[in-house]
Amino acid sequence: MANRRQQLQRALSLLLILIASWLLWSGLYKPILLALGAFSCLLCVYLAKRIGFFTDATGLHLIPRLPAYWCWLAIEIVKSSFEVAKIVLSPKLPISPTVIEFEALPKGPIGQAILGNAITLSPGTVTLDVYQGWMKVHCLTKAGAADLLQSDANGRTAALTEE
Amino acid sequence: MVEYLIDIGSWVLLISGSGFVLIGGIGALRLPNFYTRMHAASLTDTMGTILILTGMMLQGGLSLVSIKLFAILVFLLLTGPTATYALANAALLSGMKPDAENVKIDERNHS
Repeated sequence: MANRRQQLQRALSLLLILIASWLLWSGLYKPILLALGAFSCLLCVYLAKRIGFFTDATGLHLIPRLPAYWCWLAIEIVKSSFEVAKIVLSPKLPISPTVIEFEALPKGPIGQAILGNAITLSPGTVTLDVYQGWMKVHCLTKAGAADLLQSDANGRTAALTEE
Repeated sequence: MVEYLIDIGSWVLLISGSGFVLIGGIGALRLPNFYTRMHAASLTDTMGTILILTGMMLQGGLSLVSIKLFAILVFLLLTGPTATYALANAALLSGMKPDAENVKIDERNHS
């Protein structure tokens, strides 16, 4: 549970993000549209408060750290894309499906969701199950499974999401 | 001159993106079963999406259009794996066994 001040901070940062995206999306700056935008942003924040969005960690504090993480992830995606493309196009189809299970280093639900999504995003690995802190990942090849463990996706995501 | 180079870059990205979409389609046909076919689909989902949308952003230049394209890219990359997870998890929970070797790794001993 977060105290009042933390909740207010989270609500304000969500409001800022919503206002920025409204302005970028519409690209029109007539008073009527701005008023409608302000109204819908406030309504969204109110609804988010009602469903208890601000009482747990929201993940909004991660945004400044995301660009570096995305760059690392993009490189991993490019590398594994070429590997999977090579496997698919080779006449022998050299696959060796492997399921690996390991303990997730990020402890919170947001960290585990980000880790699972990052694993699924890189071709050749798909998250099958996240249960009680254990990740179950299906890999197209044994080498892909070894690469996943070596790339330290687990540790990087834990570093991204720590408070 | 610069415009010319940007055009070439954007075409290279668009064509290689289409190539990855095509390879993903070939993979979905060639691979033997449900779980392995999902890997081919993720080739289309991620690499194809990234390359094609980046190519379109180069055509858009520095404008609101590019910002919107970038937002589309981010939303696709956030929702795509979530949908894949829903599919894979539903298959697993309803008892479809992956045709694969199972390895359990204890990170504390591993690292």
